[in-house]
Amino acid sequence: MRWAVRIGSLAAVLVLWQLLTASDTRAWLRFDQLPTVVEVVERFAVQIGAAEFYHDLGASLGRIMAGFLLAAVLGVALGVVIARSRWLGDLLRPPLEVVRPIPAIALVPIAILLFPTDEQGIVFITFVAAFFPILVSTRHAVRALPTIWEDAVRTMGASTPQVLFRVVLPGTLPGVFGGLSVGMGVAWICVISAEMISGQFGVGYRTWQAYTIVDYPGVIVGMVTIGALGYLTSAAVELLGRRVTRWLPREALR
Amino acid sequence: MSLHVRSLTVGYGRATVLSDFSLDVGSGEFVVVAGPSGCGKSTLLRAVAGLVPFAGSITVAGQAVRGSSRDRALVFQDDGLLPWRTAARNVELPLALQGVPRAQRRARAREWLDRVGLAGFEDHLPRELSGGMRQRVQLARTLAQQPSVVLMDEPFGALDAQTRASMQALVTEVLSGTTTLFVTHDVDEAVLLGDRVVVLGTGEVERRRDAILAAVKA
Ligand SMILES: Nc1ncnc2c1ncn2[C@@H]1O[C@H](COP(=O)(O)OP(=O)(O)OP(=O)(O)O)[C@@H](O)[C@H]1O
Ligand SMILES: [Mg+2]
Repeated sequence: MRWAVRIGSLAAVLVLWQLLTASDTRAWLRFDQLPTVVEVVERFAVQIGAAEFYHDLGASLGRIMAGFLLAAVLGVALGVVIARSRWLGDLLRPPLEVVRPIPAIALVPIAILLFPTDEQGIVFITFVAAFFPILVSTRHAVRALPTIWEDAVRTMGASTPQVLFRVVLPGTLPGVFGGLSVGMGVAWICVISAEMISGQFGVGYRTWQAYTIVDYPGVIVGMVTIGALGYLTSAAVELLGRRVTRWLPREALR
Repeated sequence: MSLHVRSLTVGYGRATVLSDFSLDVGSGEFVVVAGPSGCGKSTLLRAVAGLVPFAGSITVAGQAVRGSSRDRALVFQDDGLLPWRTAARNVELPLALQGVPRAQRRARAREWLDRVGLAGFEDHLPRELSGGMRQRVQLARTLAQQPSVVLMDEPFGALDAQTRASMQALVTEVLSGTTTLFVTHDVDEAVLLGDRVVVLGTGEVERRRDAILAAVKA
């Protein structure tokens, strides 16, 4: 029954969209400018058969993966270091704090100047976007770690690297995954925007391209594709996060 | 290995919890530490374990205590298990840190869990165990580690009378010959297990119910 309501609600929106656009309604909002649902679906069917579509998908996914993985590794490593070492914290925090408030997308001009290829610039923007949420949540998670776990392994004779890998990393994973989820979200925002500004291919580039050549059904197809990619990658992070934090007490409530 | 605590002073911030406290534990001796709640029993054990900074001196077998060591294991009053590791993998941990090969440490973890009455719970996460079961996993972990000094902070507080009796028997058997500091609120347990009983604030008291009770109340 609840499923019927959910599906019905979605269907109603699509029907409304079709009605408003097919009848060229103008009621302050200019629905006559937008493509109809049918046009979009037809366009989608064509795109799915085209090699270019998959090339764009692969390009955007590749950029996300490269930037996000780099951000995950560096964000977690630096987050732990900053939280655990006063000296390295003092050394690294000031420059990071100065760069942090700048939205990654505002770095596009710098990225274009700095990197030899557009490709590297886009990956860099994606990296910066995902890096800060991961860094900050890792740092907080390390700070909030109960001291008893570290005390326990210390009385087993653990060395500092052993404390890091046996206690700090596993213990902070729940907080780290919070940062990874947020990071994945902003990484998509930035990769798409960067592609719109400086790409030669990719889903973001293709969507903007469709707009400039007045291919409005193509724009909607691009938007839906971006939404689907964002949903799938976020779900993947979420799923992985649940798997590695199964020990959390909240799971007991399920 | 003998343990000597001399003029121990420990504070948290401005508050001094232990001041000028001294205690000698002979090699292989089992000393029970009692005293009212908040008097500093856990603090004493944490100092001996090397987990809190202190003034004065603590020596084990003539060696000054500086920081923690696998030779001084502590059974924590609150949960000292790593919640992401199963019972067996918690017990294995000290062995893993020592570099004991996997198959061997698996077998030893199994054995110790069996001895604390937790056979069949090897693959349970701490959150799937009761408080008393978790304390027994900690006990198994400490016994598997085989340290030369064992520090136990009310390890049997959450156990029913029968399980408690069998854990007391196990501890008596396994730790005979191991230098042990054992904190308890239970006067009968103090009389049963201790070679000697020390009440914080009073000093050593006779190993009799009424003597301990009087000292703790005072
Ligand atoms: N981390 C801490 N920071 C500040 N004060 C602390 C800390 N740990 C303990 N104390 C204080 O030190 C005193 C002694 O604490 P401790 O835990 O050693 O008592 P205890 O004898 O073990 O008590 P209990 O029998 O209730 O376990 C208490 O007054 C407590 O408030
Ligand atoms: Mg205590």
